[in-house]
Amino acid sequence: MTKELETICITTGPTEVGEYVTLNIGPIHPAMHGTLRVITQTDGETVVSAKPEIGYLHRGVEKLGEHLTYAQFLPLTDRLNYCSAICNNVAYEMAVEKLLGIEVPPKAQLIRMIMMELARIADHQVCVGILGVDLGALTPFFYLIIQREEIYEIFEWHHGARLTNSMGAIGGVEADLPERFHEKWPRLRDTIRKANDETDKLLTHNRIWMDRTIGVNAFCGDDALDWGFSGPMLRACGVKRDLRKDEPYLMYDKVKFEVPVGKHGDVFDRYMVRMLEMEESIKIIDQAYALYKELPDDAPLMKKVPKIIKPPEGQIYHAIESPNGELGFFIRSDGTDKPYRIKIRPPCYMVYQAFEDLVKGEMISDLIACLSSLNVIAGELDR
Amino acid sequence: MADWQIDLIKVVFIWVWVLLIAVIMTWVERRASAMMQDRLGPNRAGPFGLLQPLADGIKLFTKEDIIPERARKILFILGPPLFAFPVFSAFAVVPFGDKIVIGGKEIILQVSDVSIGFLYVLALSAIAVFGMVIGGWASNSKYSILGGLRATAQLISYEVPMGLALLTIVLLYGTFSLREIVLQQQGTFLGFLPNWGFFKQPLGFLIFLVAAYAEANRVPFDLPECESELVTGYHTEYGSMRLGLYLFGEYVNLVTLAAITVSLYFGGWGLPYVDMSKYLGPVAYGIASFLVFTLKQAFFLFLFVWVRWTVPRFRYDQLMGLGWKALIPLGLINLFVTALLVQLTI
Amino acid sequence: MSLKEKVESILQSDLVELSEFRGDICVEIPKRKVIEVLTRLKEAGFDYLSDLFGVDNLAYYEKAKKAKKKKGEDEPEEPKRQGPPPPRFEVIYLLLSLSTNERLQVRVRVPEDDLVLPSVTGLWRAANWPEREVFDMFGVRFKGHPNLRRLLMWDEFQDHPLRKDYPLEGKGEERHLNYDIV
Repeated sequence: MTKELETICITTGPTEVGEYVTLNIGPIHPAMHGTLRVITQTDGETVVSAKPEIGYLHRGVEKLGEHLTYAQFLPLTDRLNYCSAICNNVAYEMAVEKLLGIEVPPKAQLIRMIMMELARIADHQVCVGILGVDLGALTPFFYLIIQREEIYEIFEWHHGARLTNSMGAIGGVEADLPERFHEKWPRLRDTIRKANDETDKLLTHNRIWMDRTIGVNAFCGDDALDWGFSGPMLRACGVKRDLRKDEPYLMYDKVKFEVPVGKHGDVFDRYMVRMLEMEESIKIIDQAYALYKELPDDAPLMKKVPKIIKPPEGQIYHAIESPNGELGFFIRSDGTDKPYRIKIRPPCYMVYQAFEDLVKGEMISDLIACLSSLNVIAGELDR
Repeated sequence: MADWQIDLIKVVFIWVWVLLIAVIMTWVERRASAMMQDRLGPNRAGPFGLLQPLADGIKLFTKEDIIPERARKILFILGPPLFAFPVFSAFAVVPFGDKIVIGGKEIILQVSDVSIGFLYVLALSAIAVFGMVIGGWASNSKYSILGGLRATAQLISYEVPMGLALLTIVLLYGTFSLREIVLQQQGTFLGFLPNWGFFKQPLGFLIFLVAAYAEANRVPFDLPECESELVTGYHTEYGSMRLGLYLFGEYVNLVTLAAITVSLYFGGWGLPYVDMSKYLGPVAYGIASFLVFTLKQAFFLFLFVWVRWTVPRFRYDQLMGLGWKALIPLGLINLFVTALLVQLTI
Repeated sequence: MSLKEKVESILQSDLVELSEFRGDICVEIPKRKVIEVLTRLKEAGFDYLSDLFGVDNLAYYEKAKKAKKKKGEDEPEEPKRQGPPPPRFEVIYLLLSLSTNERLQVRVRVPEDDLVLPSVTGLWRAANWPEREVFDMFGVRFKGHPNLRRLLMWDEFQDHPLRKDYPLEGKGEERHLNYDIV
C-alpha cells in the first residue's frame, strides 16, 4: 500500500518550465510572519505562480489532543492563533460545554465576551500594524502596539498571562473582572480610539497607501465563498456574514453592533474592515460591561462541572467568530476522559489556500501586501 | 602656510566633519524615529545613547567577515568601497562656508571650487550606483540581484529629473560652480524675498527634492533594499564592515544631498536680510557662515528622517511611473518656462 | 420544517444513518454516491463547505466498551453487527447553509482496503487543502484532486500520523534535506 501512496506523492519542484525565475520566499524572510513559505515563479517583478508550502510549524496539536484530557488541552489552544489566544480558549471551552450540554452563568458569558473583544482589538491592531510595516510605514505599528500592550495589561490582571492566556476553564471563567479594569477601561477606550485615529490619519488617505492597497488582489464574494473564506476577508469581499450575528453565541444577540462590509475585497477593504471592526468591538465591550454591571457582585462565575470531565459519546462542531474568521472545534467523544478526535477549523487555513489565485499576475510587492492583509498566523495554519 | 597645506587641512577637516555628521545622523535617526513612535530609542550607551554609533561601529568592525561561497569574490569585495568612495568624494565641491581670513590669508571654505561644480556631483552619484549593482550581482543571491536591478533602474530614472532641475539652475545663474551659485543667491529680489533658488524655482526645487530622496534610497523610495520584500536588497549577503560601508555610505550620501540642496536652493551659508560680514570680524564671519550652513543642512537632514518615518513605500511600477510620467514632463516644462523667462529678461 | 426533516427529504434513500447529538445533525451517506449526494445538498442550500476531515475509528469501539465497563454497568454485550466489521475510516464534510445558518455533518465511511474517495474540489474549491490534509494524515486518496501532495508533513514522510496506530512520539523519522548542488 505504501508503494502506491508513494507514487501519488509528487515531490516539490518547478512545475512550470519557462523563462521564469524561481524565487523562494520564506520560511526565513522578514515578511513571512512566522514560518510561511511561498515558492514563486517570477517574470521580472511579476508573479507568475505562487505556491504556498505549509507545515513548518506543525506540532501535531490534534494528535496531542487525543492523548490529553479535556482540561489539559486548553493551554495548547493558546498556541494556535497567538495574537488572540483568548478567542481560541473560549472557542474550545464552548465546544466542550456544548459536548457536555451545559450553559455557563451569564456573568461568565459577559466576561468572556469582554475579553474576547479585547483580544479581537489586539489581533486587528497587530494585523493592521504589520500591514503598515510590510508596506514601509513603520510608525502606525508602534501607535497600535502600545495600545495592545495596555490590553495585555488587563489580561495579565485577569488571568496572569499576557500572550498565552489560557483564560477561563470548562464551565465558566475562574476570576471576576479585575478591580483595576473598572477604571482602566474608560481610559483605554479613549487611547485605543486615539491610536486608531492617528493610524487612520497616517494611512487611509495617504496617496502612496491608497496606490499600494486599492485594487490590489481584489476578490469577488462568490469566489471567496467557494474558497471557504470567513471573517474580515469574506466581509471585505462584500459578503455580510458574521457568526456573532448569524449564529449568536454567548450574549452577542443582546448587544447592538454593525458588521462592516467592504466592496472589492482588495487589501484596502480588508484594512478598512479591520479598522472599523475595532470600533465595533469597543461598542460591544461597552454594552457588555453595562450588562455586567447589572448583575449582582456575587453572581456565580462557574458552572459546576466534575473534576474529571467525561462527556457522553457523541460528536459536535462549534464555531465562533474569531478575529480571523470562523474558528471551529469538532470534538468526538467516546465517553472517556480524553477526546477521541479533535479537529480545529482554523480560519486562515481556508484563506491561505487561495493565495495563488489572489496574487497571480500581481507584483512581488503586492504579494507581500496581500499576505500581510490576510493575517495568516502560522500557529493556527499548521496546528 | 603653503596652499597645499591649507588644502590638506581643508580635506582632513571636511572628511572628519562629514563622517561626524553621518555618525550623528545615525543617532538622530534612531532618536527622532523613537520620538515619533512613542518609544525611547537607544539610551544605554553614553548620555542619551550618544555613544550608540560608536558601539555599532565597534560591533561592525569586530564581526566575522563572511564572503559567501558562491559569490564572485573580487566584485564582492569591490562593491562597498565602490559605493562609499564616490559618495565621500562628492562633498569636495560643496561650499560649506564663505571665507575666512587667517594671518592675512583669505581661505575659501570649500575644498575645491571646480568650474564644473555639480556636474561632478552628478557624475559621482552615478558611479555610486555601480557599487550597489556590483554588490548585488556579486552576492549571487536572487534577492540581491533584484535589489541591484531595482537600484539601477531607480537611480538612472531619477538622475534625469534631477538633471533637468539642475539645468534650470544653470540657466538661471549661468554657472556650474556651486560657490558662484551661492554668491548669486545673497540679497533679496522683488524687494522682500530672499534671493534664494527656492523662491525662483519652486517647482524645480520640488522635483530636485523628490529626486534627491530617490537617490538617497530612503522610504518612500527604498525599493533597492526594502526589508519586507527583498530581505535587505542588494546588501543581503553582506556582513561586518562591508555592510557597514554600505550603510554608512548612505548616510554620507544624505549629508551631501542636504548640503547640495542648501547650496542650490537655500542660499548656502548666507542669512536672508542680514549681511553677516558687516557685523563680524573676518574669523568670526567664517565660522558664522559655516554654522549657518550647517544649521540649514541639519534641517534638511531632519526632513529626510521625518519623511522616512511618515509615509509608506512605493511599488516598483509606481516609482517608475512617478519618475517618467510626472517628474520628467514637469522638469521639461519647468526648463522651458525658465529658459523663456531668462531669454526675455536678459 | 425542521433541519432533520429537510435533510431526510433531500437525501431520501441515500440516507444510511442519521444521528443527532446536542442539536448537531450528522448524516451518513454511501461512499459510492458521495459526489451525487453532496451536489444535491449543495443545490438544496448547503452551499458552504466549512471543513473536511478524517477520523480513524480503529480504537473507537474498544475504547467505548472499556469506558462502559469501568462505570460498572453490567449491560448485556452489544448485539454483534451483521456482516463485515464497520469500515475503519470516516471522512466528515461540514456543510453550512448560508441562507438559513444551519450546519450539517455529512459522514462517509471508507474501508481500509479501499482508501479512495472522489474529490469534491469540483464542487467547492475550499476542499483543496483539507483533502490534501486527510491524505497526509490518514492516507485516504481523493480521485480527481488537482494536486494531491502531502500538506503538513514533508513529501518523503511515509506514515500517516493521525491514524490511531501511529505512536504519539513518532517513529523516529528525520527529515533529510537534499540540496542539489549546482
